[in-house]
Amino acid sequence: MTSVWTQLEPHLAGVERPARYIGLELGAQRPDAGPGAVSWLLTYPDTYEIGLPNQGLQILYEILNERDDTAAERSYAPWGDLEAVMRRERIPLFSVDTHRPAGEFDVLAFNLSAELTYTNLLNCVDLAGVPVRAAERRPEHPLVAAGGHCTYNPEPLADFLDFVVLGDGEEVVSEITEVIREWKAAGRTEGSRAAVLRALSHVEGVYVPSMYDVEYDGRHLRAVTPRYPDVPERVEKRTIADLAQWPYPRNQLVPLTEVVHDRLNVEVFRGCTRGCRFCQAGMITRPVRERPAEQVRTMVADGLRRTGYDEVALTSLSTADFSGIESVVQGVVDDPANCGQVSVSLPSLRVDAFTVGIAGQIQKARRTGLTFAPEAGTWRMRQIINKLIREDDLYGAVESAFSSGWRRVKLYFLTGLPSETDEDTLGILDLARNCVEIGRAHTRGVAVKASVGGFVPKPFTPFQWFGQNTVDELGRKISLLRDGSRKAKGVQLTWHDPKATLIEGLASRGDRRLGPVIEQVWRRGGTFQEWSEHFHLDLWLEAMAEAGLDVDWYVHRHRTEDEVLPWDHISAGLHKDFLWQDWQDALAEVGLPDCRWTPCYDCGACTGYGIEHVVASATPPAGGSQGTGQDLSTGAHLPGSVPVTLRSRPLAGARS
Amino acid sequence: MSAPAAPARPAGGPRRVRIRFTKQGKVRFTSHRDLARIWERALRRSGVPVAYTEGFSPRPKLSFGLALSTGHESLGEYLDVAVRDTPELVAVEQLPALLATALPAGIEVQSAVDLPRGADSLQQAVTSCTWYIEVGDVTPSDATAGVSRVLAATELTVTRERKGQPVTDDVRPAILDLRVLGPVTEVSAPLAPRATGIATALEAELATQPRALRPAELIAAIDPAWVMARVTRIHQWTQAGGARREVIDLGPAATPPPHAEARAS
Repeated sequence: MTSVWTQLEPHLAGVERPARYIGLELGAQRPDAGPGAVSWLLTYPDTYEIGLPNQGLQILYEILNERDDTAAERSYAPWGDLEAVMRRERIPLFSVDTHRPAGEFDVLAFNLSAELTYTNLLNCVDLAGVPVRAAERRPEHPLVAAGGHCTYNPEPLADFLDFVVLGDGEEVVSEITEVIREWKAAGRTEGSRAAVLRALSHVEGVYVPSMYDVEYDGRHLRAVTPRYPDVPERVEKRTIADLAQWPYPRNQLVPLTEVVHDRLNVEVFRGCTRGCRFCQAGMITRPVRERPAEQVRTMVADGLRRTGYDEVALTSLSTADFSGIESVVQGVVDDPANCGQVSVSLPSLRVDAFTVGIAGQIQKARRTGLTFAPEAGTWRMRQIINKLIREDDLYGAVESAFSSGWRRVKLYFLTGLPSETDEDTLGILDLARNCVEIGRAHTRGVAVKASVGGFVPKPFTPFQWFGQNTVDELGRKISLLRDGSRKAKGVQLTWHDPKATLIEGLASRGDRRLGPVIEQVWRRGGTFQEWSEHFHLDLWLEAMAEAGLDVDWYVHRHRTEDEVLPWDHISAGLHKDFLWQDWQDALAEVGLPDCRWTPCYDCGACTGYGIEHVVASATPPAGGSQGTGQDLSTGAHLPGSVPVTLRSRPLAGARS
Repeated sequence: MSAPAAPARPAGGPRRVRIRFTKQGKVRFTSHRDLARIWERALRRSGVPVAYTEGFSPRPKLSFGLALSTGHESLGEYLDVAVRDTPELVAVEQLPALLATALPAGIEVQSAVDLPRGADSLQQAVTSCTWYIEVGDVTPSDATAGVSRVLAATELTVTRERKGQPVTDDVRPAILDLRVLGPVTEVSAPLAPRATGIATALEAELATQPRALRPAELIAAIDPAWVMARVTRIHQWTQAGGARREVIDLGPAATPPPHAEARAS
């Protein structure tokens, strides 16, 4: 086994943060599984700091290395300074575990969590010494694969990926390994690449883009069809039925240098049925599968002892919904082994006082800021997106936060949502201003930060048919908010660059014709596009124009019910007619309660796979209004229940 | 954790333990800030009852001496740890073994001692450091000429940044010793890429007070064209009774010359 370490080492003193290239994390492995073993290089196409904490890759790293016949190592995108050295000195992409060249692995497997990392994927493949286009690869080259949420529309990357894995990876990675092991054993002979890909297409959850033909009808997609009868017409995602069988990561990696989410992370459930219509994660990860509370306790206690972390995050898409969340967090806080020095964080707080109460119990120290995500400024808008938070819920939560000693509150919002009016947009400021008022009663140093992101419609959501707002329109809405926030003392407004939102939208719902565009942007140096200082809209617009493609058609156009969508041959378990009905409900401003505690809407996620929600408690959690049988007929403020005078809402156009 | 009887706590103050350790091999690319976090976690994992600061955001009471630049190695780094008075109190002799499995490869605890009450902090105690410095593309005779020039000078001004402002200092008084060890016979891996394949090793003792002179500043002052490669801190000195001694002396046999040191990882 070779290593590039001696070539790399002399250059590390001259690059930024060299510790991200050395490995040596607690929990890191140096697998040596022998010549017949199938080797995976699990790669996150962004910096080490962002990629290392990725739980999906860490889970697969352990599961693969537990097999005797498999070796898994990790790699991350080198920052530009090291990339320049690598290209000059002909050092290939390498694993951080043993510094083995990426080209020696059997599989280069990427996690795709963000569309703007697509060009980084191409860059990593190229740095590995592998042709970026799948069609040009030979038997000696690794198979290039991807998994993660973005792969529910894999089409923009179809030219570059040998195979794509949909859904939970815990089980399917072993099945894939079996197929590749046979390919290796047969000698990876000339012409065998097509055969191994064909065999992989038979594995449930594996999509092989080269096994499908795409037909167009002018600009429109007519069909994506398998080229062979044994290749599935529709590729179903994989879903593990029981999270309790997969208590991973058992040995979470503890890096030597600072990374994001630098704490113990324990996943308490997977899936979400709150039904927020903008949220792709909530739709594609259904059904809800809770981890048994006892296993959560064990994973927390063992993890803290093993890692030396003083913070644990209980992760999921909405952790306050976990059955028995109070007793679990209280148990961590009261565990004498933690000496009162361990803090618990709940990364996705629900917007209600109950949740803040839990937060107050567990964050005795470091009570700096709390984050809530009302997502939209008016009740009408929140019904449309099915984020059924009443203003009272928010004000109750904020009142509870400020009265418990927090001084900063951060609110997340989306703008550019379906049928959003200027009144809805400016409602964001009303909510923020009212939160400041509530805080003033408790503290003078009150700060409410409103963070506004442009909405990107995602595949497999009810909003997949919606035409995204233009850069100009998003910019106009942000200007409305900026103008308003100047007069709103205590409100700090931050926003996402609408130009980056445009390209996210392009990649999110694009088809195979975007392949040459992504390649061209990469060839012109457009890497690290999710880093604002590296993002170049012009590179994308030029590449689109050269490919003869219309940005407007891809991004801003409303789709019709009968349109063939680029991901129609992929299945996230959701019935398309359920999504269409939910889209119609959205436009009719009708909210939909959570199906964990109310009758089934037959979205398809449970019935299709014969898997049910795994929820320990049959009753909804305390607090919160959504799906709990409370009266949702009005989301407006109930007079007298909030100790501030609410401002009247200014009308759009009436601004001075 | 089972621990034998701990030494009696010095009256009137928290117990402080001073740890001496190495930083070699791949782990030298971690920053000083990284190192602090590595230690915090290693101490927690080992069950050492570290004392915490009071207040809103309690932090473990650790204090390091002079920061080692990212990429430099060391045969003698130091860390002072305030320890809570608990039944789990550990005898210092046990600390090296206890911490061995909790620290990454390349960080090795060599010794730990209880500090007497009122002992100087590391920042106060350390007066100079001895450095092993390799310079690339420089022959031993050129190096000797450069070193002689510097040693003969009565003043050696360098301009360096301090709080964003350029400040000119005379660093000659901070050069306590400087000599050429000879050519680097075995080209070591971390040597920066060189045009000629020649490298020369120097040894320098540089004062740390009132302000530390760093190896990079020394090399730039000798000749801005010299390329510094491998750098190892060999000793940290303190003053006792008019003589210098190691902050924690490991004994004569315990400190091999750096070129003979087996490099971690």
